[in-house]
Amino acid sequence: MILYVLRRLASAVPTLFLIVTISFFMIRLAPGGPFDLERPLDPVIMQNLQRAFGLDLPLWQQYLLYLGNLLQGDLGPSFTRRDFTVVDLFRYGLPVSIVIGGLALSIALVVGLVLGALAALRQNSWIDYAVVGTATFGITIPTFVIAPLLSLFFGVMMGWLPAGGWGTWKHAVLPITTLALPQIAIVARLTRGATIEALRSNHVRTARAYGLPAYVVVGAHALRGAVLPVVSYLGPTAAALLTGSVVVETIFGIPGIGRYFVQGALGRDYTLVMGTVVVIACFVIVFNLIVDILYAWLDPRVRYD
Amino acid sequence: MLGQMLKTALLSTAILTTGALVAGASFAQEVVYNRGNDTDPTTLDHHKTSTVAESNLMVDLYEGLVVYDVKAAVVPGTAESWEISDDGLKYTFKLREGAKWSNGDPVKASDFVFAFQRLQDPKTAAPYAKMHYSIVNAEAINKGEKQPSELGVKAVDDRTFEVTLHTATPYFLEMLAHQTGLPLHQASVEQHGDAFVQPGNMISNGAYMLEAFTPNDKITMRKNPNFWDAANVKVDVVNHIPFEDRSACLRRFEANEVLTCSDIPPEQMDYMKANLGDQLRIEPYLGTYYLPVKVKKEKLSDPRVRQAISMVIDREFLAKEIWRETMLPGYSLIPPGINNYGEPVYLEYKDMDILDREDAAKKLLEEAGVKEGQLSVELRYNTSSGHKNTMTAISDMLKNIGISSTIVEMEGTGYFDYMKQDGDFDITRAGWIGDYSDPQNFLFLFETDNLGFNYPRWSNADYDALMQKAEVTADMTERAAILRQAEELFLKEVPAIPIMYYSSKSIVSSKVSGWEDNLLNKHLTRYISIAN
Repeated sequence: MILYVLRRLASAVPTLFLIVTISFFMIRLAPGGPFDLERPLDPVIMQNLQRAFGLDLPLWQQYLLYLGNLLQGDLGPSFTRRDFTVVDLFRYGLPVSIVIGGLALSIALVVGLVLGALAALRQNSWIDYAVVGTATFGITIPTFVIAPLLSLFFGVMMGWLPAGGWGTWKHAVLPITTLALPQIAIVARLTRGATIEALRSNHVRTARAYGLPAYVVVGAHALRGAVLPVVSYLGPTAAALLTGSVVVETIFGIPGIGRYFVQGALGRDYTLVMGTVVVIACFVIVFNLIVDILYAWLDPRVRYD
Repeated sequence: MLGQMLKTALLSTAILTTGALVAGASFAQEVVYNRGNDTDPTTLDHHKTSTVAESNLMVDLYEGLVVYDVKAAVVPGTAESWEISDDGLKYTFKLREGAKWSNGDPVKASDFVFAFQRLQDPKTAAPYAKMHYSIVNAEAINKGEKQPSELGVKAVDDRTFEVTLHTATPYFLEMLAHQTGLPLHQASVEQHGDAFVQPGNMISNGAYMLEAFTPNDKITMRKNPNFWDAANVKVDVVNHIPFEDRSACLRRFEANEVLTCSDIPPEQMDYMKANLGDQLRIEPYLGTYYLPVKVKKEKLSDPRVRQAISMVIDREFLAKEIWRETMLPGYSLIPPGINNYGEPVYLEYKDMDILDREDAAKKLLEEAGVKEGQLSVELRYNTSSGHKNTMTAISDMLKNIGISSTIVEMEGTGYFDYMKQDGDFDITRAGWIGDYSDPQNFLFLFETDNLGFNYPRWSNADYDALMQKAEVTADMTERAAILRQAEELFLKEVPAIPIMYYSSKSIVSSKVSGWEDNLLNKHLTRYISIAN
């Protein structure tokens, strides 16, 4: 197992290298540059700027420089936020995104699993219909609709929670809710489907035939198999949630990193885009690995030797 | 970095849980002003800034020789008085005796010398260095041909600052109020290098000093006790909060979390009009929205054709229906109400009925030899629903005089570069917001050698001659007359068709006083007070 993890981690290096290389050249293919504003700059001033940021060097040289810095953990200066390095920006923003995304993920996992399992155990009862109905509804409403509505209702009309901003736990409630709601719905539906299937499977039937108590049958045997699809869904989802949501952060004014990819790409902030790509890629690689390990642990049939 | 982030993550969680208690307990007696801004700054190094959002921050942190008052008129700032030589070339400023930096150091003439030299130093790469090219040797220094020490600025003594211009620039004082004219605390900039802008390092001489800067969250500034006019500064702490999502600002305004918004969500115009009363402020602004026409294309080279196109554009419709009154109908390049100009010049059909204008336009096309249905133009715009709807409406209006059109969208970043690089367009859209309140700042856009902004590539020797003449005319009335001639000429040729003026759109709580509407939309926090 340890050997497997090590091998996977080693294979992450060429993957990251490829991702960095492809995105480095792709963003440069986009027309315009970080200093092309609505008001074009004087050629002299443009030259001064290009020189100050090393953009006057040949592209391959810039690429090698970037790789060299990356190896030392330096993601370069941001072009659009010049008082910060890209590493600075992540140091401020990533913890915020992780707190919000992590809490939303945990809530979604717990609530979603419980609701999904309940619905499956009481299949075709009113609980089942309520869960499935709410979940379908929850999945169809996009966050950019839920977020302003929550802010409007709880912040403006009721005044119970801040309408936006960041600072106290109160500020975190609405963004976490916005992020968690659709995930609860998806997790509940996945759990329900998988549990129903697991309840019909041979090993559960065998467990029942042995006369094991219901909570052991469901808890130890049925759910263990039922969480497998949830786990594989959660891998990429966790990576996405923890690296922030552009919609939620913009609407609630949260200083996370979710906006940096879009802001960076639109402003041709090459280093910021690259930094975001590297961070997101690392998260995806790590979470995919975690999913695979969990799989082996949950499903005795899976072995990685 | 990972360990540090983990720590910060834990810390944020801790802050989240305890923050509410702290926030509730302290700072009760302080006046805190939560102020919505358009966006975060690129930097707080004012030499490297260029946007309005940045200017809002810089004028709170620093005070130049002159400043904007509540009505955005230029009044004495750090300089209490000045003398201008008869030829208009030498400005001698007397600095205020009580002017101090936030650390208590006196503001010296040498701090201005240092800042002005640094602005032109090519190493600084200041996007707005050109603003002060009128100072002796500035351009040569910025191009790397001369040393920064050769700039025409001098500290005669600690309180006397002297600037020498190579050509009389009648709007020089207006330009000094721009953020490029702000001083820098020489010792701290030299000590910290680029990091002088960090909270804790920055030493400023304005009404406020920098306390904290969290990207995408807020910039917190605290009242500077050493500011010479601190006694008249009412707000203790100002939080400049960036709002890329304008409706988020509106919601937080309604939840009493911010007191002013620097912009509005135009799609909610009806709601705001119904609910905000006079807290919604829509005022004329120093900016023009216009359509550059590529004049060297044969089909558009005849001024009569361009004039006909201009005539049938129903500006009232665009302003009212498309822009929901967030823009004002425009009939001139220079927005009315600008300083140093007097009576505005307009397109002559400004007050004509649109139906009569259509007839006149058809006649013009006929004279130019363009038959109905013969002319087809491409209307190009940068991604934005407002621009898109504007072009769609204009396309419809052009149909009325038998001109067909296609509409082409382009992504923002490449768009301006495309126009600048003499791209192969027919008609595009562009906007210009003045940097200082003087007609020169609009008319210079279409000088022949201004390749950065003269998107139409229009070249008119008479126009260029008038502009040059105005540069050397010291008498302001005479100069205004020359500039008016230039605009008349421009409006006769319409290489770019002015269609709307920008407006400043703000939401200002009724608790706020000292926020007076003005053409430049300048509202320094030092003039603001907040009722309980």
